[in-house]
Parts: sequence; structure tokens; C-alpha cells
Amino acid sequence: MDFDRLLEIKNLYFNINGKDILKDINLTVKKGEILPIIGVNGTGKSTLASIIMGLSGYKPTRGRIIFKGEDITDLSVTARAKLGITLAWQIPANFEGIAVREYLSINNKMSPEEALNFVGLNPKSYMDRILDDSLSGGERKRIELASVLSIKPSLVILDEPDSGIDIASMDIILNVIHELKKNGSSVILVTHSKRMATIADKLVLMCNGNIVKKGDAKKIIKFFEHYCKSCGHIGKIDEGVLNEL
Amino acid sequence: MNYELDRITDIYNKLIGPTNELLDRNTGSIVINEDKVLSINEINGLHIEYNKITDGVEINIHVDADIRINDPVHLCVGMLPSEGRQVIRSRIYIHRNAYVKFLAHCIFQNAKHIEHIMDSEIYLEDSAEMIYKEEHFNSDDGEIYTYPKIIGEIGNNSRLSEEFKLIHGRAGNINIDYDIKQNEKSSCDIMTKIFGKKKDNIKIKESLYLNGPYASGTATSRVVLIDNAKSNVFGEIAGNAPYTRGHVDCQEVISDGDAYASATPKISVNNPLSQITHEASIGRVNKKELETLMAHGISKDEAIQLIVRGILR
Ligand SMILES: Nc1ncnc2c1ncn2[C@@H]1O[C@H](COP(=O)(O)OP(=O)(O)OP(=O)(O)O)[C@@H](O)[C@H]1O
Ligand SMILES: [Mg+2]
Repeated sequence: MDFDRLLEIKNLYFNINGKDILKDINLTVKKGEILPIIGVNGTGKSTLASIIMGLSGYKPTRGRIIFKGEDITDLSVTARAKLGITLAWQIPANFEGIAVREYLSINNKMSPEEALNFVGLNPKSYMDRILDDSLSGGERKRIELASVLSIKPSLVILDEPDSGIDIASMDIILNVIHELKKNGSSVILVTHSKRMATIADKLVLMCNGNIVKKGDAKKIIKFFEHYCKSCGHIGKIDEGVLNEL
Repeated sequence: MNYELDRITDIYNKLIGPTNELLDRNTGSIVINEDKVLSINEINGLHIEYNKITDGVEINIHVDADIRINDPVHLCVGMLPSEGRQVIRSRIYIHRNAYVKFLAHCIFQNAKHIEHIMDSEIYLEDSAEMIYKEEHFNSDDGEIYTYPKIIGEIGNNSRLSEEFKLIHGRAGNINIDYDIKQNEKSSCDIMTKIFGKKKDNIKIKESLYLNGPYASGTATSRVVLIDNAKSNVFGEIAGNAPYTRGHVDCQEVISDGDAYASATPKISVNNPLSQITHEASIGRVNKKELETLMAHGISKDEAIQLIVRGILR
């Protein structure tokens, strides 16, 4: 067994109402790897994130998910989290009556104060706030990042951590990702931001439920900007162009 | 010295916390068991009169004009025997420009078959403010019939904030009925939180009448049900004057079992410049909330508990 491989997805399909949302996904994430995933809206990035986390309604139609050498395809969300996987949603859930302090104290390996400081929120002002809709969207997303940091997972899936966050605060997210890496976590980073996507050397391009390519970040982004942005179809990519990547 | 007072304060100590405030000479308070007033403490600007009535006590509370009572006034009502009927008929008058906060604790720890009737009238004169928080501590099995009723009127520029909480022990049969009239620029927020178990039967009716211009109000309820508990929630706001604003918010969560819930928000407006909104939801614990907590490594049951505790907090 290759201990360098943290997550392996093998021949994974996901089908809803006869429609293939994900098709023959094969993907490996190494220990400590930061792996950005890019792709136009509706290509299946969040679906893949949900399947890896094991959310209800997201059981693969076919294929296996292996984590730390163990087949986790049939495990519950809790069991996966206990093995070290966590997910920060594209739009995080709100909780009526749960305070930030309490939320950041669930299985935490870092103090809530430290975690808040990391995401640029003053603990004095935020610790006793409730995680309801009185928090702005950006504040809520930062708290989600703080919670991910504080549980020190082996694998974290960040689904568009930059959406709804002002450009000036982009550095905060990048810092969080570097800190995660420093702590030994692997990161799957779903993003539409070029700056985010180029945080790693390699990235994954998804199109219409497929992984088109995993490869050199700069080349793939260039390809994406040339071909994907204006592409209406989707699915077929000129093999020649693809092979140049 | 007073055996019943000792027993009530003992229970208070265990369930709620230190009794020093409850018995402090500088804090307004009244302690009642069955139909007897066990202790009473008036402070500057706070007057409490009482009379014995059939099966209970009639209380009149006045807070004088321009008086600000900073420490909460404690109302502690209990039934030490396991069976019986208790009627508390209260009238609360908050005079002009006064401020007061009441903390009411109702203790029915020994209840096997108890009927508890609370008929309240609340009057706020102009520019007054009253905060009223009531929490019930029922026994875990036993039949408790609770009838909290409030008729209220809030003067111009006045503010009433009311919260009723019954999350400890069996809710039993509870029938809440609030009717509050609001005058110009007044505001009123009422909140009811109940945890229903076994065969509990919960009825909540919260009605606000925004009769004066710029009056605003919220009628909120949070009910969590398990087992065979039942709840019917009716939240009503009527915008009867220009620039009034109101919001009815009923949320019922069935977290387990064969519980039954219904919600009926009723909003009406008879002035084009009034804006009243409502939201009502009945459902299981929100899936995304649940899975977010599970993704932090806690079990489904623990996650449900945390969410339910949050809703009822
Ligand atoms: N439960 C579902 N039922 C039906 N269709 C679904 C369901 N979940 C996802 N889809 C569809 O699957 C496709 C992929 O959705 P997904 O949310 O994974 O896209 P995405 O790549 O994350 O897009 P975005 O960049 O907009 O976030 C979309 O066409 C979506 O409508
Ligand atoms: Mg998405």
C-alpha cells in the first residue's frame, strides 16, 4: 500500500434521475497536497465534495473511495470525519442558538481565540456571537475556516472559500491554506479564483462531470481561459489541445 | 424558620442557582407556594400587594413612574405538593418612564397531577420598558396542566419584551394565550420556547395588535417535539395603523418519533402603510446543520442534541 496516497477515488459515477452528474472520476490526493479544482458552474465540483464527505443523497452509483487505505464508500459523515476528513460548504449552515465559542470548541485542537485570530476576526467581538444570520456571509465563511483549522483534519475540502469574501481578505484564506499544509493537512480547494488556483503547482480541471485533466496549474488555467469560458457544450475537448497541457 | 420556603429555595438552588438574589433585601421579589405567599420584598419604587383567592393568590405589582430598577425582580412560584390546583392572578402596572426586568421561575418538580392557571394583565404606560422572562421546571412524568394567559396594553413609546420557556421536564398540557394591544411607537417582542415529549400537548396563541402608528412587534415560537408530543402554534399580528411593522415567526422541529405539529401564522393589515410578514416552518432537524456538525466528528445524536439545545436556548 502506498502510504503517500491519502485519498483515492476510483471509477466513481454519480447519477440522479438518470442523469450522470459525475462520470468515471479517478483522482488521487497525496498527503500534504493542495489540490485546486476548477471548472465552470454546474460541472460537479460541489457534488464531488459532497460525495467525498458522504453527505446524505450523495452515495456514488458506482466506484470506490479509499481514504488512508480504507474503503470509506459506505461510511457515515461522522465516521469519515473521525478518520480525518472535513468539509467547508460553499454556503455554510447557520445555527440558531449556537455561539461561535461553542462551535469552535467541537473536537478542537486549537483554542477558539487562536482560530479566530487566524481568520482576522477579533475574538472579543466574535466569541459570543451566535452563528445565525446576524453574521454577514463573509464573517460566517471565515468562522467556517476557523473551525476547519481548529480541528486539524488530515483532509479538508474547501468549497469556494473565496466566494463572498472581499478581495482584500483573500490573503486570509491563503494563510489558512498554508497553515493547514503546515499542520500536515491535505486540501481539496474548489475555486473560481485564478489567484487561489495557482497556490499549487498542479490542479484539476473538471468539465461536465468529468475530470478533464490533472496537471500543470498555469497551463490548465490558460487552457481554461481560452476554451472553457466560452464553451457552451460541454464534454468534448480536442485531444490535440489537451495533450499539449 | 419557614419550612416551605426552605424547601422551595432548596429546589431553586438545585435547578436554577444560588438563591441569594431571590432572598436579598435589596432585590424585589415574591415567593409563592400553592396559595400562600412565603416571602415578599418590596424595594424603592416597587410595590407588591397580594390577596388570597380560591386555590391561589392575586397579586398587584406597580413600578412607580420614573423609577429604574436595575436588578431583576424575582417571581418564584411553586407547588410543593404533587397534586392540586393553583391560580395566580397578577396585574402588573409599569408607570410612565419606568424600567423593570422580571425573572419568573415556576417550579413543579413534584408534580403528579397539577393544574396551574396564570391569568396576567400587563399595562405599560408611556415611555416605559418591561422585560419579562419566565421559565418553568416541571417534573419528568406527571400530568401538568398549565394555562398562561396574558392580556396586555403597551403605551406610546413603550417596550415589552417577553419570553416563556418550558424545556425542563414534561411540558404536559400547556395552553398559552397572549393578547397584546400596542399604541404609537411601542414595541413588543414575544418569544415562546417549549420542548414537548411523550404525550405532551402544546397550544400556543400569540396575538399582537399594532394599533398605533409606528408600533412594531414580533411573535416568535420555537417548539421541539419528540415521542408522541403534539403542538399547535398560532401566531397573529394585525397592522392596524400606518407605519406599523410586525413579524410572525413559528418554527417547529420534530426531532424524533411520531410527533405532530401544526403552525398557523395569521397576518392582517388594514392600512396600506403597514408591513407585516411571517415565516413558519415545521420539519426535522435541518440536514445541512446536522451534517455540518457531523463533519466536525460528532455523532448524529450528539449533533441533534446540540441543534435542539440551540433552538431552545
Ligand atoms: N440533488 C440534485 N438533483 C438534481 N441535480 C443535481 C443535484 N445536485 C446537483 N445537481 C446538478 O449537478 C450538476 C453539478 O452541480 P454542482 O453543484 O456539483 O456544480 P458545481 O461545479 O459545484 O457548480 P458551481 O461552480 O456553480 O458551484 C448541476 O447541473 C446541478 O444542477
Ligand atoms: Mg459548487
